[in-house]
Amino acid sequence: MAQVTLRKVVKAYEGGVQAVKGIDLDIADHEFVVLVGPSGCGKSTTLRMIAGLEEISDGEIAIGGRVVNDVPPRDRDIAMVFQNYALYPHMTVAENMAFGLMLRKFPKDEIKRRVDNAARILDITPLLARKPKALSGGQRQRVAMGRAIVRDPKVFLFDEPLSNLDAKLRVQMRTEIKKVQQAVHTTTIYVTHDQVEAMTLADRVVVMNNGVIEQVGPPQELYHNPKTRFVAGFIGSPAMNFIPGRLENGSGALRVHLPGDIVLNVPESRTARYAALAGKEVIFGLRPEHLTEEKNLERPGFARFPATPEVTEPMGMETLVHFKMNGAEICGRVDPNAPAHPGQPLAMAADLNNMHILDPQSGRVL
Amino acid sequence: MSSTAASPTPFVPAEIKHGSLKNERRWAMIGAYIALAVFVLFFMIPPFHMLMTSLKSSAEIADLSGNPWIVRSPTLSNYWELLTQGNYMIHFRNSVIVTVCTVLISMIISTMAAFALARMKFWGSATLATGVFLTYLVPETLLFIPMFQIVGSLGLYNNLWAMVLIFPTLTVPFCTWIMIGYFASIPKELDEAALIDGASHIQMLLKIFIPVALPGILAAMIFAFTVSWAAFIYPIAFLVSSDQMVLTVGIVSDLIRADTFQWGKIMAGALMAALPPLLVYAFLMDYYIAGLTAGATKG
Repeated sequence: MAQVTLRKVVKAYEGGVQAVKGIDLDIADHEFVVLVGPSGCGKSTTLRMIAGLEEISDGEIAIGGRVVNDVPPRDRDIAMVFQNYALYPHMTVAENMAFGLMLRKFPKDEIKRRVDNAARILDITPLLARKPKALSGGQRQRVAMGRAIVRDPKVFLFDEPLSNLDAKLRVQMRTEIKKVQQAVHTTTIYVTHDQVEAMTLADRVVVMNNGVIEQVGPPQELYHNPKTRFVAGFIGSPAMNFIPGRLENGSGALRVHLPGDIVLNVPESRTARYAALAGKEVIFGLRPEHLTEEKNLERPGFARFPATPEVTEPMGMETLVHFKMNGAEICGRVDPNAPAHPGQPLAMAADLNNMHILDPQSGRVL
Repeated sequence: MSSTAASPTPFVPAEIKHGSLKNERRWAMIGAYIALAVFVLFFMIPPFHMLMTSLKSSAEIADLSGNPWIVRSPTLSNYWELLTQGNYMIHFRNSVIVTVCTVLISMIISTMAAFALARMKFWGSATLATGVFLTYLVPETLLFIPMFQIVGSLGLYNNLWAMVLIFPTLTVPFCTWIMIGYFASIPKELDEAALIDGASHIQMLLKIFIPVALPGILAAMIFAFTVSWAAFIYPIAFLVSSDQMVLTVGIVSDLIRADTFQWGKIMAGALMAALPPLLVYAFLMDYYIAGLTAGATKG
């Protein structure tokens, strides 16, 4: 078990294209860190550089305090689970799991003990004699995890391990992965493009975009206190609403002027924070769950505004309403019993206690 | 820029034929069976004629009055004489030695070459892979004169082992090409998983690539076997004494004397010579077709 350190790590390809642009990251011992971001953001490349499957162009990677820049993958004491499982098709489940130990010349009884133990943790003991082709997707993924567990490595690396599974199995396997990590307590680096996986699994989430780290933090912190527009928009589903507007001082209170002559009062708790921005063009950010049908109006920080939903999406426990505010697409979450129908006016309320103000130029959350 | 105004065409619904899918399928099957039957008949005529001739005595063959497709008094004397007299068994043994050695050498060289060219990306590897294939396109009828000089200077003229040296030049390029394709189809993650598991490149080749690419390797083996077993130009150019000859040249050299053709024995010899390839195909076909990569990745 070990900490992983990345210092100014760069991955540049021929022609000068940089996939990873000098990132710094410290991952503590036993920590579960998820690298998340859209396709092409450099998250998989970063993981592959840690694994030793990609050479690093510049910077330094250390595992357990040892710089591993020039250490081949087999000597890094890591184990990796791939998106498409990468099981050896001609070997049984037990042989697949034992392969790494056999190459390292472990005694036979020790190999058996470890394989049996991993199979028990993953509940795949009855499958040990089967070949991969006789397994379902979920079972194959468990075997791939088993192959990692038996090695008892310093670091687990997961490269989008659930992307090939169907939605239901993905949720189930997500819980399994979390359970396994809690059981074996190994430092884990997990790559995904799915922010729900990132939020549910991680001790800390690393949001990457365009080869750089946008923000690192615990899931709740990223959700409630995003530092950039990218993080605010990427974390959370449906995504945060962004509406261009203006902050104005009027009759002793700070107000947000939104398109369509909607004026919302900034709650007193936020006034001090945004006072200096009065008179400036800003981006107003609010998550869908803070745009609900008219209720709680007696509570401070709630403001009422009219909307006409264009589309409603009943989800069971809630209904998503989509409407436009002077061209900007807005999504709100209302009670399933609220009278939300396409084309019919609906009185909405915005919870400004959870509002965000962003700088339109830099995209920073102010 | 010029633009052409398209005249509006009135919408005409396509005529819908109400034929059942089942009927269409049946007719397709009948068509396929007829085509296959004609094909099989066409290709079975020569071996059938060979079999009939091999079962006739020389006198019956020489007698042109009867129907050539029917044997009047069948005899196994042609087969028996070939197996007990003359050099046929020596030619057979020579063919086996040359073919086994050629297949072994070809497989060792082309498996390693294909692994290197498919997986170990190095400067010029793509050009080299194409180059390997291009050498296969040079016909042996062009090469046998320079080859003759090489074989002569090595002192291997009229020596069976010259074939073991030369045949791989015919088989290795194409076998390598077949295997590059197979190796390239193995998911990259499989060797990455092996690398992380602690395998060296040679372990990766022996423990992962060869077992997984077995269908491809068998395809290449069948090719090498066929080329080596059926080669004619090099053996007839380089082998002159009967005890060094392989089957392809041995049969025509020993059983044709001037204008005397021992047709019965020639046919019997050719039929028996065709048996090993037949057996190899029969036993390896299933392996050859089976896709062993099933289950390696999502699928």
